[in-house]
Amino acid sequence: MSEIILQSEHLTVGYEDKRVVEDVALLAEPGKILCLIGPNGAGKSTLLKTLIHQLPPLQGAVYLDGREMAGLHDREIARLSAAVLTGRPEPELMRCEEVVAAGRYPYTGRLGVLSPEDKRIVRESMEKVGVLALYGADFSRISDGQRQRVMLARAICQQPRLLIMDEPTSFLDIHHKLDFLYLLRMLVREERLAVVMSMHELELAQKFADFLLCVKDGRIDRAGTPEEVFAGDYIHRLYDVEHGSYDCLFGTAEPAAAEGEPRVFVIGGGGSGVPVYRTLQRRGIPFAAGVLPENDVELPTARALAARVITVPAFEPVTPAAVDEALAVLRDCEAVLCPSAAFGSVNRENERLLADAKEKGLLRTIEEV
Amino acid sequence: MATDRNRRTADCYAVLTVLLLTLLAMNLLVGSTALPAGEVVDALIAGPKGGMAQSIVWNIRLPRLLAAALLGGALSVSGFLLQTFFANPIAGPFVLGISSGAKLVVALTMITALGRGLVLSSTAMIAAAFCGAMLSMGFILVASYRLRGMSGLIVCGVMIGYICSAVTEIAVTFADDSNIVNLHNWSMGSFSGIDWGDMGTASVTVLAALVCAFLLAKPMGAYQLGEAYARNMGVDVRRFRVALILLSSVLSACVTAFAGPISFVGIAVPHLMKSLFKTAKPLLMIPACFLGGGAFCLLCDLIARTLFAPTELSISTVTAVFGAPVVIGMLLRRKRGEMR
Repeated sequence: MSEIILQSEHLTVGYEDKRVVEDVALLAEPGKILCLIGPNGAGKSTLLKTLIHQLPPLQGAVYLDGREMAGLHDREIARLSAAVLTGRPEPELMRCEEVVAAGRYPYTGRLGVLSPEDKRIVRESMEKVGVLALYGADFSRISDGQRQRVMLARAICQQPRLLIMDEPTSFLDIHHKLDFLYLLRMLVREERLAVVMSMHELELAQKFADFLLCVKDGRIDRAGTPEEVFAGDYIHRLYDVEHGSYDCLFGTAEPAAAEGEPRVFVIGGGGSGVPVYRTLQRRGIPFAAGVLPENDVELPTARALAARVITVPAFEPVTPAAVDEALAVLRDCEAVLCPSAAFGSVNRENERLLADAKEKGLLRTIEEV
Repeated sequence: MATDRNRRTADCYAVLTVLLLTLLAMNLLVGSTALPAGEVVDALIAGPKGGMAQSIVWNIRLPRLLAAALLGGALSVSGFLLQTFFANPIAGPFVLGISSGAKLVVALTMITALGRGLVLSSTAMIAAAFCGAMLSMGFILVASYRLRGMSGLIVCGVMIGYICSAVTEIAVTFADDSNIVNLHNWSMGSFSGIDWGDMGTASVTVLAALVCAFLLAKPMGAYQLGEAYARNMGVDVRRFRVALILLSSVLSACVTAFAGPISFVGIAVPHLMKSLFKTAKPLLMIPACFLGGGAFCLLCDLIARTLFAPTELSISTVTAVFGAPVVIGMLLRRKRGEMR
């Protein structure tokens, strides 16, 4: 048993007439989650299909437990690696326990009769995944979240050392996504499983993966830890984001700012401005925001949505010079909004903006804009 | 929980066996010639040689009821294999046009042979039927790669069935031979006219195919989760698919060769068995379909022979009357299930 369970070098995957991803080098280790991200149609599923031996490699090879996969018997492969796939199987009249028990396939005899030991492993797998209560339930009548867990139990029941999953969380709501990934993390840690999976939920991939492979334009565009991949504006380039932005620090996607000269000025700060920014953006009204210190919690949102943001350096109080700059912008606006309820020692100077707006009769509420 | 299910399975098999035995007995006792039960039993004990009662029991009733049981069972198992293959509960040898394809080639072969004064052996009949079955199956497979969804496939199969039947009709109409009456009866479907020789060939073929099917029960179970999962569990999908196609074709070809095309048994019986056993596990379903199919065809043949005796109905008429409502019921229930 080598420590590296799955490895590929110079692997090219695709179909007879089409090379989809070229020169893939990947490595899966026990206790680690390797996650494939990248735009739709980049070839993540094709790569995964090759890794579970459903497609032959066009070039290069996949090594499972140190041996080339093409030379392994189907049953040996099945005992080393199990899969959770995208399609939702709808078998007739199958109970959850039977679906999970299907995972014993590579271990049972000619007729597939389960031994008491097999039955014990079925129960144990269901318990680990927390679906033992569904033991006798009809598989076609359980929810998507439950179904995905049962499919995970089926894969665990195969007692693999490698788990390969194609977008396992795509159909789940946020509660079930988090549950599923938390559970996966536990299993990976406790069973020393190696996981290779694809995901579209960047913010979750960033938080749950140990290592990321970014698939784009027929190759592995970048590989690294989440901290390495989610640095700078790489995600924007990976997904060719045009209309909007993705904040890598918080994992939030924002739409594009309304275009044009600012028509509204927002005196925010401390997070109070965020709902106002969103409302204005939805209505397509360009706005300016300020004055905000660079470390204000709402600065990333303001940067993403405002036409103009007036800032001062982090941890510094708002300066009279910055307020003068803001006043110049404010006086060209049709309305001023002041969601900020309190002024403290850091943003005391912003009170001048509020006073000026009142004096000019520009102060409005969000409903009036 | 597990013991409950084992109990249910055992009960279901017991019910099926009792049903089958009862129907075998009824088919033996009831016929167009009224024979008291005592005489039938005596004839059965006395053996095939002798008086009229012995002749009726040994040469007419016994081969016919055994054929109905054996071929009915074969047809249901064939249906179950096709349903597994296409992951489609309304697939069956009749609706997919496989029976009609077999019928066409058998009819053409028979007409050609009879025209030259040859009599076809039962093995040759099965071979011809198998060629026809594979021909239809070829079309269906090509169609199944292009059509997704179960209704398209079925429509395609029904059309193939119509084309084959039409060509058969034309051939039968223009073939001038005194045996044509026989051919016409056969092409409508009937268990009559099967002799002990045919029975021997048919039983060997059917039982061999049945054993093979039973040995495929394990990969069939994995295949019910879909091809990709089956492969992930270590099933050699390509070999498995070929085996499934060949076995279902052999089974339905064998039936068509001796009894003509018989409708709905291949869909209705597997469905009834799944509902009865409350499972679709191939390991349990293959024997269940065989027993159930036998019982179903015995019942239908009994009705076909006795309802308007001495006039006989074609077996397909009766199987359609019983089988079609089962299929419709199943479709309706399925629709409701989808809307859930």
